[in-house]
Amino acid sequence: MTQREQVWITGIGLVSSLGEGIEEHGQKLHGEVSPMPIIDSQRFAPYAVHPLVELDFAKQIPRTSDQRQMERWQRIGVYAAGLALTDAGVSQDQKLLDRTDLCIAAGNGERDLALDARILAGIGAADQPGAYLNRELAAGLRPTLYLGQLSNLLAGNISIIHKATGSSRTFKGEEMAGVSAVENAVKRIEGGQGELFLVGGALNAERDDLLLGCELAQGLYCGPCRSVWQRRDRGGGFVLGSVGAFLVLEAESHARHRGAMPYARIARILSDRSRRRSGDAAATAARLFGALKLGPENGKIGVLSGASGVEPAAGEELQFLASLRRHGFDLIVRAWGSVLGHSLEAHFFAGLALAALAVSKEAFYPPFDTSEVESADETRPDRILVTTFGHWRGEGLGLVRSVW
Amino acid sequence: MRSQDVESACLDHKGRPVVAVTGMGVVTSLGVGKSHNWTKLVGGQSGIKRITRFPTEGLKTTIAGTVDQVDVKPYSAFDLSAAIAEAAAAEAISEARIGSGSSFPGRLIVATPPSELEWPHLRRLHDADPQRDLGGYARLLANARTGEFADMARHVRFAGIADRLQERFGTQGEPLSICTACASGATTIQLGLEAIRRGEMDAALCIGTDATVHPEGLIRFSLLSALSTANDPPHKASKPFSKKRDGFVIAEGAGALVLESYAAARARGATVLGIVRGCGEKADEYHRTRSKPDGTAIIGAIHKTLADAGIAPETIDYINAHGTSTPENDKMEYLSLKAVLGDHLRRTPISSNKSMVGHTLIAAGSVEAVFSLLTIQTGVLPPTINYDEPDPELPLDVVPNVSRAARVETVVSNSFGFGGQNVCVIFSGEPA
Repeated sequence: MTQREQVWITGIGLVSSLGEGIEEHGQKLHGEVSPMPIIDSQRFAPYAVHPLVELDFAKQIPRTSDQRQMERWQRIGVYAAGLALTDAGVSQDQKLLDRTDLCIAAGNGERDLALDARILAGIGAADQPGAYLNRELAAGLRPTLYLGQLSNLLAGNISIIHKATGSSRTFKGEEMAGVSAVENAVKRIEGGQGELFLVGGALNAERDDLLLGCELAQGLYCGPCRSVWQRRDRGGGFVLGSVGAFLVLEAESHARHRGAMPYARIARILSDRSRRRSGDAAATAARLFGALKLGPENGKIGVLSGASGVEPAAGEELQFLASLRRHGFDLIVRAWGSVLGHSLEAHFFAGLALAALAVSKEAFYPPFDTSEVESADETRPDRILVTTFGHWRGEGLGLVRSVW
Repeated sequence: MRSQDVESACLDHKGRPVVAVTGMGVVTSLGVGKSHNWTKLVGGQSGIKRITRFPTEGLKTTIAGTVDQVDVKPYSAFDLSAAIAEAAAAEAISEARIGSGSSFPGRLIVATPPSELEWPHLRRLHDADPQRDLGGYARLLANARTGEFADMARHVRFAGIADRLQERFGTQGEPLSICTACASGATTIQLGLEAIRRGEMDAALCIGTDATVHPEGLIRFSLLSALSTANDPPHKASKPFSKKRDGFVIAEGAGALVLESYAAARARGATVLGIVRGCGEKADEYHRTRSKPDGTAIIGAIHKTLADAGIAPETIDYINAHGTSTPENDKMEYLSLKAVLGDHLRRTPISSNKSMVGHTLIAAGSVEAVFSLLTIQTGVLPPTINYDEPDPELPLDVVPNVSRAARVETVVSNSFGFGGQNVCVIFSGEPA
């Protein structure tokens, strides 16, 4: 049996409300105090969102005809994917792109809100509502809108724009879609079924139809924005943020062969799906953590928490972290959702990106909020646990470590 | 078999675990279950009919292959997709006799249609409080905030169907919800195959399901000029590889396969229905809905599949075509197969199940996998019906109009989807 390949992170593409590119995120997040979150409380009131920094999409998507055929979530994703490929030194290498495998996490794209509103306003008074709906949709829907909505068309657009065409798989299921996509890539690299992967996801949080879905799923936080942990006593809920987060994952031997430098390596990705009776999610995460076989004696562990702020998931995560501390683990916890907002399918990738950056810079992050969960600590952990407690279901853990 | 023969039969040409199919289930517009479906399919019957689920006034296409035999009222894409996925999975698990009724010893990998609110949901939300001085999404959001519509959450949860199936069948671990457009069903098989080869699990439950024949579901494909408008008579509309083909017929269905390592299947004495010999995929960067004109992506997918399976093109006995009946797909499928199989293509029968069950979209790769394996099992090639006027540009033996007996050892099943998705799977019978 050949030795298992290590999984290296050799490229990162991150865009969010804070900025563009992993370097800019590093500059803003590695200060003595965390940056003020960028929040728009007006446009979608009573909901707050973290709006995407202004991007010149033409830098990654030169043709306006391509931009026109994408909805904003796809443009965000294609942009971040381009940053990751460039960062990894893959973007100009047609031979590498031809065998780059895609593992993408995605939801659906945006609807035509104006058309929906017009139909809803008119259909009640129509003599024949069915015929009215058919007529309005057939005449009103942009013919290519569906291509902006289909889950796998983020991957499809990445293939078209960046020519990454090895294979292409899209995973669904909000936060866990990100975990599943990375897990699939990691296992295929470790199992010798692939060497070079582009993984990632994108969320356009600035859309009413997305907010509607989240509200129906009883996930949204209403009112002035507070950090992830400080929403707990107000019933919890998430505050969404626009994010595009992509990573280039590579087999160690492949990266060494082409001289690519790693940020860090992904040591393990683990996931499960409990039924979420009280205590289920905490117990499941604890069981997954056990499989990582980490010892408390080897120093502090950085925890980048993907907590969404939704209850009871956030409470379950705190129970899980408390149980680790009871077993002697010294943890430094940071929930990046407090500064970037929650980004559903993109969220786990963003956490992995921040973990990889921290490991490579040998610098963890200052507290992202002022609650007692995140206390100041100057330690620079060389192993970072990235957590995901799905706002509804699903538990995932990722372990990012230094390569050296 | 001697023990060392058994051992070598359990590993493939690359020393990986051989993966068997030990259970199958299917639901289409032809009916529920393999027996109903297969009898009608080899009888050349069509499941395509006039749409009665909703008014079709003003639509260019008024026909579909809806699943009407499963009682889900009121219709919603989530509820019907979930119900037929359950039916197909129950049939597959029961045939495989694997696990206990409530605990399947492997992972669930399910391909599902878009998760979205449909018009009845939007209208219900909109009309909930007509006094409100708000319009459009502001009003929908205000009504949603009342918390009275939490029952609609299932429609917008992207892993909602997976979650329901996991609860029903007790599959292990986090289920995977997949979308690779019209290649999705094949992707679930590929993911299962790879996981068993890696030794992560001995079994996987692979399902594709799609029940999205609703007004917007139909209109959005119509606006992409993908659908046949030959509404009359409905059963003649889907005519893959024929000269006058003018689009696919949207349809519903679900297919389920229990994949198992051959070693584990043999050890528990399971009946082996077939072997998943290999899978391959290649993404296309040419266009959102069209293949590269030189077919290199599809050709790449077929080559990768043959290499993965470790077989030569000449050993292919039959091709279960993607065969959507769109002018573009059938031409590109022919050209690509011709490039790989060469003269062997003329001697290789190829038929399209979609001529009878329509295009079941997300589910197509799963449904057609079941039919591919039934072809091997029964030695009967299902026909391509409505092949009244061959396209002279596509000289193929499409098993025209009437099924045919043939000994089939190895089948290629093709699945291609929007977004440059190309996946092929090769199945064969159990090694002697």
